[in-house]
Amino acid sequence: MALLSVEELSVTFTAKGRKDSTAVDGVSFDVDQGQVVGLVGESGCGKSVTSLALMGLLPGKGVKVGGRAEFDGKDLLSMSPRKLRDMRGSQLAMIFQDPLSSLNPVVPIGVQVTEILERHRGLKGEAARKEAANLLDRVGIPDPTRRLKEYPHQLSGGMRQRALIAMAVACAPRLLIADEPTTALDVTIQAQILELLKELVDQEGTALLMITHDLGVVAGLCDQVNVLYAGRAVESAGRRELFAHPTHPYAHGLLGSIPRLDAPRGEPLSPIRGSINDRIAWADGCAFAPRCDYYTMECLTGTPELTEPRAAGHQVRCVNPVLPKPKAEVSA
Amino acid sequence: MTKKADKIDRLAELMQTSEVTSGASLWREAMRRLKASKMAIIGAVIIALFVLLAIIGPWLAPHSPSAQTWRGEVFANKGQFVGARGENWFGLDHLGRDMFSRILVGARQTLMVGVVSMLIGLIVGALVGVLSGAAATLGGRTGERVDTVIMRFTDIMLSLPSLLLAVSIAAVMGQSLTTVMIAVGVVQIPIFARLLRGSMLVQGSSDYVLAAKALGIRKKRIVLTQILPNSLSPVIVQATLSLATAIIEAAALSYLGLGNPDPAIPEWGVMLAQAERFFDNEPMMAAYPAIGIIITALGFTLLGEAMREALDPKLRG
Amino acid sequence: MLRLVVRRLLQLIPTLLGLSVLLFLWLNRLPGGPASAILGERATEAEVARINRALGLDQPVYVQYWRFLKRIFELDLGTSTQTGQPVWDEFATRFPATVELSIVAILIAIVVGIPMGYLAAKRRGGWLDVGAVSGSLIGICIPVFFLALILKGIFAVQLQMFPSYGRLDTGMDATDITGFAVLDGLLTGELDASLDAMHHLILPAIALSSIPLAVIVRMTRASVLEVLGEDYVRTAESKGLDKRVVRGRHVLRNALLPVVTAVGLLTGSLLSGAVLTESVFSFNGIGNFIRTSIDARDYPVLVGFILFIAMVYVLINLLVDLAYSLIDPRVRVH
Repeated sequence: MALLSVEELSVTFTAKGRKDSTAVDGVSFDVDQGQVVGLVGESGCGKSVTSLALMGLLPGKGVKVGGRAEFDGKDLLSMSPRKLRDMRGSQLAMIFQDPLSSLNPVVPIGVQVTEILERHRGLKGEAARKEAANLLDRVGIPDPTRRLKEYPHQLSGGMRQRALIAMAVACAPRLLIADEPTTALDVTIQAQILELLKELVDQEGTALLMITHDLGVVAGLCDQVNVLYAGRAVESAGRRELFAHPTHPYAHGLLGSIPRLDAPRGEPLSPIRGSINDRIAWADGCAFAPRCDYYTMECLTGTPELTEPRAAGHQVRCVNPVLPKPKAEVSA
Repeated sequence: MTKKADKIDRLAELMQTSEVTSGASLWREAMRRLKASKMAIIGAVIIALFVLLAIIGPWLAPHSPSAQTWRGEVFANKGQFVGARGENWFGLDHLGRDMFSRILVGARQTLMVGVVSMLIGLIVGALVGVLSGAAATLGGRTGERVDTVIMRFTDIMLSLPSLLLAVSIAAVMGQSLTTVMIAVGVVQIPIFARLLRGSMLVQGSSDYVLAAKALGIRKKRIVLTQILPNSLSPVIVQATLSLATAIIEAAALSYLGLGNPDPAIPEWGVMLAQAERFFDNEPMMAAYPAIGIIITALGFTLLGEAMREALDPKLRG
Repeated sequence: MLRLVVRRLLQLIPTLLGLSVLLFLWLNRLPGGPASAILGERATEAEVARINRALGLDQPVYVQYWRFLKRIFELDLGTSTQTGQPVWDEFATRFPATVELSIVAILIAIVVGIPMGYLAAKRRGGWLDVGAVSGSLIGICIPVFFLALILKGIFAVQLQMFPSYGRLDTGMDATDITGFAVLDGLLTGELDASLDAMHHLILPAIALSSIPLAVIVRMTRASVLEVLGEDYVRTAESKGLDKRVVRGRHVLRNALLPVVTAVGLLTGSLLSGAVLTESVFSFNGIGNFIRTSIDARDYPVLVGFILFIAMVYVLINLLVDLAYSLIDPRVRVH
């Protein structure tokens, strides 16, 4: 059984005097023990909202959450706030995008690490400080005892993200959610941080839900990939399968829009036209249709179903998937 | 090809339902938000009523505000007052004058005190602020020096409790309503100056100014045509808010004995200050002008705060 | 830390010098000048000339200014024309009363204002929020002396719950050590005197706290609202910390930084308010003395007071800056 099983998760923001806006519209995916699962999509596709909904960190007012999210057999979405609070930080942990703004500027790093040890592991005083230093050391922060006394603004960007990771793994959580953990960092630091995450996951057997728009991160880290578009999963497959055979026109377009060094000189990039704001409601048809080169009248009548047009376990939500041309098969 | 046309039509139809975000200008956007704000509406209604009262009040007044018609019925020295009755809805003051008429007539003078004080502060303060802000933005050694000197000066003024600054100005000029207005207005000068300068500095370091510089537009021109107009919104907000403080501070100065003790034309602040002596015997004599002042000040404060919120880029959704 | 103090004290010098120039000019501009202030309106010209010579007013302006400055440095603020006592002594005996009143007022404002502002932000749009916001708007719009009059009229005159004037009951036998009536009572063990002083303080302190309270409620509310949306609060929640820890360590510790600054800036309005409140309650502090000095045109007292207040104001803001640098590591000076 999957460690985390999300079924038809939906999140709708309701504000007085405004139209309801649905950020997540029926997302389903599984994360197995020790697996690294990617949620990929452009900004605004609902991937961050999904992670916040799982952690129970969405604001209480003005948000409707639907569907189920079973973690270890218990539904996170209907759990009492107190129970969820006990789970957060110990069973489930999260790493955020911007390490500077995610750290409290007026509290020393040490306190921000020890407070989670005090809360979930009952460590106090010297024991907590020692363990905090251990943790910082483990995530590759040199001179940890000195760093414990420092404030976030005294650390470099990479250090800050390492400190946040130390807090997230402090109680050996079973599931780690990382929301664009490398976006705010320099490229060289990005690689280091990904390496660190990979190491921690391998050592501890922690499952990792990686939320990113960076296909490079996906290629380097994820076992299973879910591509999100306008609040719904449009394609889901193993990493190799997805990169080899992107089948939904959106995933196909995403991979086609990456510059490649091995491409012949002068070959134009093929960007996806328009933006995520050019869309139609999923209830009316495929939200991607306005930007799609392959759309037909069938795309505009109701939500497309998930099918497996190419291989078992490779799910695609599309009426006109990008499949290898029959001609090519003949000649092969 | 009809199939393709159908397809496009259908798509266009479905896309229409999605929200269209139009790039409304800052001011239009702010106006829209103001109209949606209850605070702004209540404030605007209060202000409108107050201004209307200030215009037509003297014609509505049933009695002369200065005639001591019922002097023989009031013995202020014995603490004997006449409360509300038939022809005197709000009762009589200590000199036997009709309080209701005085309140109606007094609105105009009160509005004048607020507006004149605010204008003194706004005009002088804005001039000082523009000078300082322009000097700082244009830079150079001279510019910096001018800015520093001006800002030191406003620091000095700000370091004094406003009421005491007003008191010292009033002490030089003697007792009169004009003194009170000047004193209250002068106190506002450093506030307006600081605000405009700060706002100009923020605008001056923004990207569009950099872009204008890169286009080779002369710096002075940028200051006048780009930076200044964009820096005015906090000043307008402050002007609205300071109408409220001016009316309250003017009342306080009158209470401290710096206003004209008994002008021919009534003014709420002066009326309130006079009523203090008789508060234990006739509290309503103080209450009427006080309520007038509080409601009016509230009107300006509500509108000012609502404007501040509407113009705050952080809150723009 | 020391360097910050020294730098701030050095910055004080040009401000105070500028202020002294302004005050000097102001003194010379007074109607009739100091001579008629001393002698009254009906002085003969010969007398005025004699006084002017005695005061050195026949000398060049820069000499006069220099003497004025020298006297300030010697803490010689002149003699009150009302009481005939040195202005400095008059202040020294009355200042503790005003400080005591101001401290109680600001404490009321902080103790009530911060929780109220916090709760208003937490329950944004609820009845408590609407109440706190409208209450603070009205609080700013009520003239302080009118509020003082109402409080006195209701609670002292009508209900007789509190005394209506003074710092201590006339029959109260209290020993004066520090000038702080409440503190003196505690020091000498005269608890009844201490309680009585407290009893006298409550109404004026409530009246005086109205504006600081309104400002603190609004500042705290706005600041908490901003901090609640910060990423680090979300991080704290994601760690599953106790609500108490999230509130204290992560929300309030950040949200109160701007409030600390605001409290410093409130000193000016507090002293303005003290002048008004003290005179309503005949509370014998500096404020009440200033009110009578305005009536009596006691210029040496007024000039001295302005200098005195400027120094107090700047020193308080220095203290606030220091406090700020202690609680916000980002501005800490190394």
